[in-house]
Amino acid sequence: MSNDGQPPAQDPLIDEAQEEQRRSAAARLFDIRRVIGGLFVAYGVIVTLIGVFDSRAEIDKAEGVRINLWAGLVMLAFGLFMLLWQWLRPAEPPAPNEKQPGT
Amino acid sequence: MDDGGGLRLDMNGLDYLILALYFVTVLGVGFAARRAIRTSVDFFLSGRSLPAWVTGLAFVSANLGALEIIGMAANGAQYGVMTVHYYWIGAVPAMVFLGIVMMPFYYGSKVRSVPEYLRLRFNRPTHLLNAISFAVAQVLIAGVNLYALALVMQALLGWPLWTAVLVGAAIVLAYITIGGLSGAIYNEVLQFFVILAGLIPVTVIGLVKVGGVNGLMDAVRDSKLGEAGLHAWQDTGTTANPLGAHWLGIVFGLGFVLSFGYWTTNFAEVQRALSAKNMSAARRTPIIAAYPKLFIPLVTVIPGLVALVTVKGLGAESGDLQYNNAIPLLMRDLLPNGVLGVAVTGLLASFMAGMAANVSGFNTVFTYDIWQAYIRRDRSDEYYLRIGRWATVAAVVVGIGTAFIAAGFSNIMNYIQALFSVFNAPLFATFIIGMFWKRMTALAGFWSLLLGTLVSLSLYLLYKGGVVNFNSDLEESFWGAGLAFATAVVVAAILTPLTAPKRDEELRGLVYGMGGVDLKGDVLAGDAVWYRSPVLLGVIAVALAALFYIPVF
Repeated sequence: MSNDGQPPAQDPLIDEAQEEQRRSAAARLFDIRRVIGGLFVAYGVIVTLIGVFDSRAEIDKAEGVRINLWAGLVMLAFGLFMLLWQWLRPAEPPAPNEKQPGT
Repeated sequence: MDDGGGLRLDMNGLDYLILALYFVTVLGVGFAARRAIRTSVDFFLSGRSLPAWVTGLAFVSANLGALEIIGMAANGAQYGVMTVHYYWIGAVPAMVFLGIVMMPFYYGSKVRSVPEYLRLRFNRPTHLLNAISFAVAQVLIAGVNLYALALVMQALLGWPLWTAVLVGAAIVLAYITIGGLSGAIYNEVLQFFVILAGLIPVTVIGLVKVGGVNGLMDAVRDSKLGEAGLHAWQDTGTTANPLGAHWLGIVFGLGFVLSFGYWTTNFAEVQRALSAKNMSAARRTPIIAAYPKLFIPLVTVIPGLVALVTVKGLGAESGDLQYNNAIPLLMRDLLPNGVLGVAVTGLLASFMAGMAANVSGFNTVFTYDIWQAYIRRDRSDEYYLRIGRWATVAAVVVGIGTAFIAAGFSNIMNYIQALFSVFNAPLFATFIIGMFWKRMTALAGFWSLLLGTLVSLSLYLLYKGGVVNFNSDLEESFWGAGLAFATAVVVAAILTPLTAPKRDEELRGLVYGMGGVDLKGDVLAGDAVWYRSPVLLGVIAVALAALFYIPVF
């Protein structure tokens, strides 16, 4: 792939959209890791609690596996991991919108 | 036909709480994404701002619709391990090719859709032809997804069909109209994890029930599939295998024409990559998606096989014991309340993900490629943003209509899938020649696309009319796709020397070897590290796909 420094072919419709893009509000988008983390922590807590109080019948239905307990704990751990990841590595700041080489 | 209990699941209040929590979260994501929308590119392409892991998971999720979960488990039960061909040769190589080879032209040229690439590379007739056929196909498939969603809700939860159709449609409509592509993509990432959370417990308990992997293999040997159900390539020198496919058909039909046609030119997929924040993230999008794709057969094919050996009478022509019900049947038999709620939520999430991908692809192509290009030019950006929201409403309303049309056909899913794959093959041929042969002319592009489509369509209609015979629908789609591809190539080769080429400046950034592609565009500091190299990641994904075949050869 040659890179001769020249910009790609021009098109009025695309240029217009690129121009408008300077007003973009995309930087205000929230971080999805928070939502995934939150939902899975909630699921984890609910399903783990169900698992703690599972009756014999429920455990037998799942072939003797305490599936609610295990699945609940795994979901809880996954949810916490997402929240921790977001906390330790916040989203990289958006690149400024000014670069248009060659124009 | 009935085996006693029907498919109705025994959902309790806590299961419904889990489901309700999911619906509330999905709507919340839509509303919260609203503040990040000011321009049309924010609405249709998330302002080209998303990180690669988000767009990558959305890319795989957009494909995890009805056909994937229900259909691939059904294929697992019906054809056995050969179903992995749909993943390891029928998806991963094409996804890697899209990321490494094609994405620089898509993302680098700043086109806002796949049809728009055709407008720049060829001409407006080619563009309009593709834009209209894509738009029509998307609303049809959205309707089929919606109908499939409603069928599952009716069977599992006992909701009336029309209630389920309206509830599903209303939720998808709300989060896309309000949150735009960001709403759709964020929800797809969430859906990806919820789908897995639902499928993994079914798989694990299913395996425990049959005595682990070895127990499953023994049981499959004793089933109607027999030893052949455990091999992917054995006996593919003939068509005497469960799939009824020759290895040539698998490699060239499925692995090349059908798969490359679907993954590299379907805008509902490519749109996810176009919303990435820079060239590196855009190229990594389909490649990151290839990794989960490698492992998804574990949670679709294995449950299918478990259902085959544990559900007596599975494989009926109609009623509750059709192959399509493999996963719902296992959920009913194995999951206690709690994980049952998560599994139902995951299933509904997968249907909504599929439909949302169709709707968000449609509204973009309708607004940019039909409305802005041919109906109302030179309006303000706010105007097109408004049109995009109305196009979303229209797509969902028409989708409800096509859902009720779909209800009138017994297996419309097969028809649409066959037709769609057949439309994709000539499109892929036109793309791939146009991208690598700068001499190919605009007229050649138009006629390649049109005649390729007509040829495959004719073959399909002749097959359905009983004039031409094939062993299976699958074999027909392999041949149809191959013939369409060949037609497009021949037409391009004949017409190009007879017509005037485009000037070199017009092709910059669109065609291989013409320059104008900046692979390092907008890089962030972190993107240069070796483990974010698209080529390295892609090579590893393909190598893993090949390695995975060894134990099931």
